[in-house]
Amino acid sequence: MTAFLQFLLKGVSVGSLYALIALGYTMVYGILSFINFAHSDIFMLGAFFAWRFATAFQMMQPSPLGAAGLLLLAMAGAAVTGFLVERLAYRPLRHAPRINVLITAIGVSLLIENAGQLIFGKSVVQFPTMAGLSDATFALAGVNVRVIEVVAVVAAFALMLGLQWLVYGTKIGRGMRALSVDHQVAGLMGIPVDRVISFTFVIGSALAGAAGLLVGVTYGQIKQPADASWLLYGLKAFVAAVIGGIGNIPGAMVGGLVLGLSEQFVAGYVSTTFRDAIAFGLLIFILLVRPSGLLGRRVVEKV
Amino acid sequence: MSSNNPRRFGVGEALGRSLLPVVIAVVVALGIDWFVPASSYAEKILFDIGINIILAVSLNMVNGLTGQFSIGHAGFMAVGVYASIVVTYYGGYALWGDVGKHAGLAGAGIYFASIVIGGIVAAVAGYVVGLPSLRLRGDYLAIVTLGFGEIIRVLLQATEPVLYPSEMKDVGSFARVFHLGGALGFSHGQSYNTLAWTWTAVAVTLLVAYRLRTSTHGRAFLSVRENEIAAEAIGVSTTRYKVSAFVLAAFFAGVAGALFAHTLGAGTASRPEEFNFMKSFDAVIMVVLGGMGSISGATLAATVLTLMTEALRSVQDYRLISYALLLIVVMIVRPKGLFGTREIWELRQWKRR
Amino acid sequence: MRIVRFPVPAVMVIALVAMAGGCPNKSGEGDKKSGGDTKAASSAEFVIGEYGSMTGSEATFGQSTHNGIQMAVDELNAAGGIKGKKVKLVNYDDQGKTSEVGTAVTRLITSDGAQVVLGEVASSLSIAGGQIAQQHGVPMISPSSTNPKVTETGDFIFRVCFIDSFQGFVMAKFATQPVAEKGLGVKKVAILIDQRQAYAQGLAKYFEEALTKLGGQIVAKESYQGGDQDFSAQLTRIKAANPEALYIPGYYTDVANVAKQVRAIGITVPMLGGDGWESVTDIGGAALVDGGGSYYSNHYAPDEPRPEVKAFVDKYVKRYGKTPDSMSALGYDATMLVKAAAEKATTLDKKGLREALAATTDFKGVTGTIAMDAQRNAKKPAVVLKIVKGQDGKLTTITQTSVAPQ
Repeated sequence: MTAFLQFLLKGVSVGSLYALIALGYTMVYGILSFINFAHSDIFMLGAFFAWRFATAFQMMQPSPLGAAGLLLLAMAGAAVTGFLVERLAYRPLRHAPRINVLITAIGVSLLIENAGQLIFGKSVVQFPTMAGLSDATFALAGVNVRVIEVVAVVAAFALMLGLQWLVYGTKIGRGMRALSVDHQVAGLMGIPVDRVISFTFVIGSALAGAAGLLVGVTYGQIKQPADASWLLYGLKAFVAAVIGGIGNIPGAMVGGLVLGLSEQFVAGYVSTTFRDAIAFGLLIFILLVRPSGLLGRRVVEKV
Repeated sequence: MSSNNPRRFGVGEALGRSLLPVVIAVVVALGIDWFVPASSYAEKILFDIGINIILAVSLNMVNGLTGQFSIGHAGFMAVGVYASIVVTYYGGYALWGDVGKHAGLAGAGIYFASIVIGGIVAAVAGYVVGLPSLRLRGDYLAIVTLGFGEIIRVLLQATEPVLYPSEMKDVGSFARVFHLGGALGFSHGQSYNTLAWTWTAVAVTLLVAYRLRTSTHGRAFLSVRENEIAAEAIGVSTTRYKVSAFVLAAFFAGVAGALFAHTLGAGTASRPEEFNFMKSFDAVIMVVLGGMGSISGATLAATVLTLMTEALRSVQDYRLISYALLLIVVMIVRPKGLFGTREIWELRQWKRR
Repeated sequence: MRIVRFPVPAVMVIALVAMAGGCPNKSGEGDKKSGGDTKAASSAEFVIGEYGSMTGSEATFGQSTHNGIQMAVDELNAAGGIKGKKVKLVNYDDQGKTSEVGTAVTRLITSDGAQVVLGEVASSLSIAGGQIAQQHGVPMISPSSTNPKVTETGDFIFRVCFIDSFQGFVMAKFATQPVAEKGLGVKKVAILIDQRQAYAQGLAKYFEEALTKLGGQIVAKESYQGGDQDFSAQLTRIKAANPEALYIPGYYTDVANVAKQVRAIGITVPMLGGDGWESVTDIGGAALVDGGGSYYSNHYAPDEPRPEVKAFVDKYVKRYGKTPDSMSALGYDATMLVKAAAEKATTLDKKGLREALAATTDFKGVTGTIAMDAQRNAKKPAVVLKIVKGQDGKLTTITQTSVAPQ
């Protein structure tokens, strides 16, 4: 029973991080119908911005206020990067064939990774840890739960709630929703298309940056910028977005949790060797059985 | 202008058109082999270029000709690598009782068989991956092909160590196939590959690619690229052609893998880790820069990029950054790549007007 | 003229090859690394070729090894070189890929005239390099590849480190040895393997064999993919198996993370590792010293009382500003071994050098006294290090015990 609970809790922890990143993918896809390949690199940058700031200002053991500051910094840095990427690399290709944009996204991804290696170094780095908090655990029904993971999950959910408010309660959120229904008509209706798109990228990137910091905080160390694990993480987040229904915000959150839990349970009860394969297996399964995802709606493509 | 009016050929002419180029290619390849000193630096570079050309031209069939987006090409190459090694290593053992390299006709025979089988197994993998995913939107194909590459790598890493001859009798003939070396790789490849083999394969690949392009089959590919829905509307079975492009591309990637696997010091010690996304990306960048849909473009890009990797060996990080920037700039400024969809000889004709 | 079109692909091939055939020499001359000459070195120089991963995931290992080799070369040249000839070091980055290794080593041997080749760290890369070196009949010494297959390639391939079959035995012995003899005195061990690394797979296999022979038992065997962040599934199962110790033969980059989660999930038994743990003290945390502590086998320890070690550490710290790790020490030893062998060789050609290397019985290196066995592997002792908290609060290691070669 403790094993089950352990997997459940871990699944929620991992899943909420997937969800944070998945939101960025799903929002961009909803509006532009394109997979932002470089999103996983923005996630990576969030972690590194925070780390660099912490090392530069001797904040390797920040207080809660300092930690919140680092979080905001990670989000801001990621947001700016996302904005620049959209403006410089994607906007000129707004009307180009899909394949070109995809290739550009790959180019951007590689650029960020290798430039990141040059700037931040090539080795694994230790992430700032909150004194005492990082190693603290408490027991819950026989399972050791790390306090830091709980904090990360709470932060992730808080951000997601914030996003929900943004999308459904503000004017620009309405613009985002309008764009995701029909691009061109929304423009005709007077919605500033370029501005809303930029804003979407900014928000999605900020969330990914936050996820980057939370990952660093949870595991205490982060791999070098060009390490394949960042891309893999992002890819799994994309799968989560698809599972939940791409273009659908609550879907991304659901998808993240579903993926996180599936991974943990399969790895726990079946085999760990194929854990990464599970994400792709689920992707193929969902695409074949219910391509619009769990919460998505079927879209008919008109010619 | 490159597509001919289909007409009936006499037997002599048909043979001449098909066989003559291959014969010429074999002669040229043998000449190269004889001319370039063995085990030299130049030879190694020519191996790399040849194999990269095959990879680029085969990927071009899917990405360029058919307009799909496959970024897991290295996975098919890996399948070809291992399938061909199984033939020469375990197959050779089953036939002759030893795992050494065989000279003469026997060696050439088993090597040829391994290349063909490597290609076929890779083609089967292409079918298995392509059939479900090509029914979906283009972007998803990219992710699925990426995932496929990862799955292949994970599976290969989980295999048992390669069997020494003394251990062969303990394992049944079929079970031996699963002893592929795990993460260490298959470190006992036979170095059958020579420049003659490699460049003959390059010539065959180029020929097939060129013929494909000017054939009815190839025109179906182009129609899928230009406007999938219209093509479907006029009766072109788009899924069938997309899958067949995928299978063909996978076949040649497998051939490239087989050649690579038997090249001394490169593939004879290859490990699953090497056939990752970065390797797929190398092929993608060759196709994209050379022009998606242009065979000569892909060939040229493969050659130039391989040489540049060598020349820029000492500044690796900057090389990758410059490739990435180049990719972005090319996509924005000249989205069709260097030659676009044209071949190098068509370019000249067009300009004369 | 439609007929003309068809041989065009063949013509293209010829043109390309002619073009390509001309190029390699050009890029060779233009490359700054190889200096002036690209043909076989003049007889006034002794060329040592080095291939290593300066970029890629193993870059830190490659860089460390290179530091050791470079320092040794400079020392040799300051003392008059090898048999009066100046030592020239040519090194190429192989990006951590076997395909690049082939090109790098071919180039070192055919273009740069290397008389001996040093490399690599990762065993699969050494195997690839070894195949080329063997084909050309040039001796190759791997500083730190521990997989037995490396030297099986041929009789020109050597190594200055121990092999994994010995290393696995070392930790198995340490685990089962009674506490009074500085061991752990345990019998039931769980293993957590990195599926992505041949090194980890091999080491785990040998550890298991040795442990079983010494009367121990593997109670759980789990694996992860190198680069994974989360190990809770595996650790949950390991915890349920109730081991007395946990063997984690992976690389330090993952181990630091694993250790944290091991302690967090409530596993308090000692953790054991191999030489891949080197540098884990740089990034690891309290988890490594909590509970039963952690120990790992290694090639040498900077705090060993032998004079060679002290001299080496001092020189290295002065030059590079940090304590040398095993990679640097082994790189240094490999280079010095070349000198020792060259001094004893009857002729200074490739064959003579090979004979001298194979006949090494008593080379006093930084990493111990090295003797080459019949398979050209180094017969030398291993040390078991314990991770402790130093006086400055940072993690460091102390020597727990050492195990003599079999």
